[in-house]
Order: sequence, then C-alpha cells, then structure tokens
Amino acid sequence: MLALVVAGVALTLVTGPSLTPPLDVLRVLAGQEVPGAGFAVLDLRLPRATLSILAGMSFGLGGAVFQTLLRNALASPDIIGISAGASAAAVLAIVVLGWSGAAVSLLAVAAGLLVALLIFGLAWRDGLAGARLILIGIGISAMLDSMIAYVLSRAPAWSLQDALRWLTGSVNGATLGQVWPLALALMLLGGVLLLRRANLEALRLGDDAAAALGVPIAREKLVTVMAAVGLIAVATAVAGPVSFVAFLSGPIARRIAGAGRSPLIAAALVGALLVLLGDYVGQHLLPARYPVGVVTGALGAPYLIYLIILSHRTGRPA
Amino acid sequence: MTRLAAEGLSAGYGQTPILRDLTLKVPTGAITAIVGANACGKSTLLRCMSRLLRPSAGRVVLDGRPVQGIPTRALARELGMLPQSPIAPDGITVADLVSHGRHPHQGPLSRWTAADDAAVATALEATRIVDLADRDVDQLSGGQRQRVWIAMALAQETDVLLLDEPTTFLDIAHQVEILDLLVDLNQSRGTTIVMVLHDLNLAARYADHLIAVRAGRVHAAGHPDTVLTEDTVRQVFGVACRILPDPTSGRPMMLPLGRHRTTADPSHRKDAP
Ligand SMILES: Nc1ncnc2c1ncn2[C@@H]1O[C@H](COP(=O)(O)OP(=O)(O)OP(=O)(O)O)[C@@H](O)[C@H]1O
Ligand SMILES: [Mg+2]
Repeated sequence: MLALVVAGVALTLVTGPSLTPPLDVLRVLAGQEVPGAGFAVLDLRLPRATLSILAGMSFGLGGAVFQTLLRNALASPDIIGISAGASAAAVLAIVVLGWSGAAVSLLAVAAGLLVALLIFGLAWRDGLAGARLILIGIGISAMLDSMIAYVLSRAPAWSLQDALRWLTGSVNGATLGQVWPLALALMLLGGVLLLRRANLEALRLGDDAAAALGVPIAREKLVTVMAAVGLIAVATAVAGPVSFVAFLSGPIARRIAGAGRSPLIAAALVGALLVLLGDYVGQHLLPARYPVGVVTGALGAPYLIYLIILSHRTGRPA
Repeated sequence: MTRLAAEGLSAGYGQTPILRDLTLKVPTGAITAIVGANACGKSTLLRCMSRLLRPSAGRVVLDGRPVQGIPTRALARELGMLPQSPIAPDGITVADLVSHGRHPHQGPLSRWTAADDAAVATALEATRIVDLADRDVDQLSGGQRQRVWIAMALAQETDVLLLDEPTTFLDIAHQVEILDLLVDLNQSRGTTIVMVLHDLNLAARYADHLIAVRAGRVHAAGHPDTVLTEDTVRQVFGVACRILPDPTSGRPMMLPLGRHRTTADPSHRKDAP
C-alpha cells in the first residue's frame, strides 16, 4: 500500500505538460538548481501531490470511521451531507458575501460541523439509529446540493471559477500554505482516531456488547464523530468535497485489512491513493483536464447505485 | 456474602418505567437464574447491573462501590455481560470475535500478549469451538454462534458473568452443554454467574439461587425449592401448573397446565376406536 502511494507520488512529480527526467526531480528535491524543472516540481507538483495525499488520508479516515461507527457503508460523510454542508457554506460565502481565502475555509469547517450536529440531532432517538441517520442525511445532502446549484446559477462570472471547485473538489493550484492546516488537523485528529481503533472495532459488536467490553459508549462516539467530522471538514475546506473518496475508501480498506482488523490505516492509504491517482488521471490521461472530483465521482457513483440496489433486495441498508 | 446487589433500582426507556424500586442480592460464587414473563424487565435489569443502562433511581453496588462510579474499562475486567442480541460484524471470524473479549485488558498502545492468547484458547476449548476458529461467524448455525458469544465473554476472564438468555437458539443437547459449562466455570474458577433463563425446569435444576421477576419487581427470590411453586408460576406467568420433584436432582419440576389436554383423555389412547 505504502509503496503504491510512493509510486503514485513519483509519477505525479515526473509528469507534467512535459516529462521531467526522474533524476532531475531527485536533484530538485535535494535542493539543487535545475533549470526548467525547479519551479514545476517544487511549486506546482509537490504541493499538489502533498495536498492530494493529506486530503485523501483525511477523507479515507473520516469516511471509514463513520462507516464503522454506524455499521453501514452508506453512512459516509459525503453521502449524508456533511461535505455538502461545507461546500454550500463556502459557495454562499464566495458568491453572495464575496469572501475569499481562509475565511471561506473556516466557514466551511464550521458548516460541516453544524450539519453533522443537525443530522445527529434529527436522527437521535434513545441512541443513534443508523438507517434513520442515513435517510435524513441523504435528504439534507440533496437540499444542500440544490442550494449550491441555485447559488451558482446566479453567480457572477468572476466568482464562478473559485466557487466551482466546491462542487466536485479539486487540488488545482495547490500551495504549501494550504497544506499546513490540513497536515496539522490530520496529525491531531487522525492521531485521536488511530488511538481509538480497538474501541471502534468493539463498537461494531453493538452498543451493549461494546459497553460490556469496557468501551464508554457515549464519550467514545462523541469523540470519534467529532474528530472524523473535523477531519472531513478541514479537508473539504482545502480541497473541496472530492466526491466519494470517503465513501469508497472504507469498504476497499476493509477488503485489504480483513474483517477482523481495524481498517483505519488502510483506509487512509486508500484515500490518499484515490485522490492522487484520480488527479493524475484527470490531469494527464483524459482528453480534457478534469478536476480530481470528477474522476473519483465517476468511480464512486456505480458503487453507490450498487449498494442502494443491494439494500433494496435485502430490505435493509447494506 | 454479596459482591453484587441492586438497591431500590428504578429504570426505563424514555418516560416508561420498566423496573420499579427493585432490590436484590446476588450470592457470590453461586449460580443465579432470573426468570419471568416476556417484557417483565429481565434484560433491563441485567443492563442496569452491568451499567449499560443508567437507573433513574437507586443503584447497583459491586464490592460496596456503586458501579456508576467505576471506570468502564475497570468494571469490564470484573464483570462480564453477554447481551441478548449482540451483532456479529460482517465477515468476522470466530477467533477474531472471541479475541474481542480481551479488550478491557488492553490499553490503547499495549500489545497482544501470551496471556491474551491463552485466555482465547481456553475460551475456545471450554465452548468446544476450536474447530470453528477460522470460520466466518455469519456462516454458523444459531447454536454455534451462541457458543462463540459465550466464548467471547469467557475470554474476558471476569469474576462475575451476566448472561442474557445464553440458551436461546440451542437444541436441548446444547442447552444442557452450555449450562454444564457454566457450572464447570463456577466450580473451577468460582465465577459468580447470573443468567436469564426461560426454561423453568432447567433454571431450578442448575441454579443455586432463583429470582422470579414480575412487572419490574422481584416477586420471589431464594432457593429453587422455595421459589418454584405453583403459586409463583401462576402469579408470575399467569399459568396454572403442577410441581413435582425432579426424580434425578430432587429439585422442583414444573408441568404447565393449559386449557386442553390436561386430563387423561381416553381418545388419546392407542386402543381407542
Ligand atoms: N431500547 C428500548 N427502548 C424502549 N423500550 C424498550 C427498550 N428495550 C426494552 N424496552 C421495553 O422494556 C420492557 C422490558 O423489556 P426487557 O427487554 O427488559 O424484557 P425481558 O424481560 O428481557 O423480555 P424477554 O423475555 O422478551 O427478553 C418491554 O416492554 C420492552 O418493550
Ligand atoms: Mg430479555
């Protein structure tokens, strides 16, 4: 897994409008002046690759935590409206309020947390009911999406460019300045989540069984949900809601890690790989250039449809 | 001597009270069976005693301390609980599920030890599921699955073990096997066992102490000889019955009397026309 991610990074660093010889890339990274390659590698491709990895890890981790906690693959933050909440707030701030930069990102984080609270509040009934939460979340997500579409349809041309990235997610124009807040969030919140891996696994046995095994249910759920929402919101604020990365990473990681092991680390790596490769495909392998979210969206949508059909057959959400 | 007791316990879900001012003592080192009609509050009582549910009044005491004040993980090392309907995660293997029993013995950073391995191996052997260790839990029969959950609770190695209907889904052979297993555990390790059972005869046979619950209160408690009476069964279950001595154990044995087929009916005889 890790090797795949490293290979992906190498690939993105080497490829641009023109190929840079791998040796030149290494020399640039080592701090040497290489005419014609320094700018492309250090200022364009490296921040882009770093941001892809960090955002991917955040989405992957956050998504897997939600799916584990709610025992449902559909319960990913990009399906139940948390990413949509962050996007809607950002689009509104850019188009209507004329904000830009860090203020937009902060608002997006706050909105992600707020929507999470709203969904959990609405779904709460003597505890969290997964299926209820998912239906409410999908509804709220649809409302937010239509709001985004409405705002964009009335957006003046100058703000459209900036606002559009909030629709599908993109790592275009990544700078190292964007990378730091995300790296910090990932270290703090990701650390909190990784330390709780075993508790999360125990929670899959049902609340009663987990509590009997010594997991303080209420506190543990609150801490993990808040940490996961925080991660997703920060990553969304930086890279936009890269479609379906959170949703896809968990199930793939579960396959790789095996049913009895915690999938969190694998989910982070899968997420990183999805964003990295999705961006590479969008930039270099398709006839036109597409933002990464379009590529991951094309991957995730069929899986979503498959899960929904499956839940219809079995009569319960998969 | 009593390590575990409930004092004036009231509890419910939302506004509906289920347990009403319930007081009981669990004899230490003995096997206690709780019986009662469906929905009378047996599971609710067990959930309160293992602190899965917070009582609205009263308290549960373990070794003189209220369980609400004991850290969750510390409590889980002393008191184990098998809930009525636990969930097996998709695709998990028997060995992985049983390993979860070691959870309270591990910190966030501590490693799996030889003692953990030994506890899991012992639990698999005691429940006779060593052969199933690598199978998916989804693919087991109801009875096999029940033994896997019991193994998980055994791997927790607690002095007190609460079990909510450990014999549901089991055929009569496996019911007896599980109950024998619990007696073994009780005798070899001195584990205090509290279990909810629906079969009154097995409860009277296997328990040292019988508690009959009715509408959220203890209706009768004590030795099975004194608790399992025709009056108790009528008041607790609303069923008329006859009590006879169990010819093997001498414990009381209950024959329920319904409205039909309770008299020697000549038409049921082979030689009837
Ligand atoms: N999570 C819950 N939310 C609301 N009501 C509940 C909940 N769990 C149980 N109840 C109600 O509490 C009452 C007692 O339930 P409990 O599970 O304690 O019964 P029980 O004696 O274990 O029954 P059974 O023999 O069927 O297992 C029932 O009326 C039940 O409907
Ligand atoms: Mg019950």
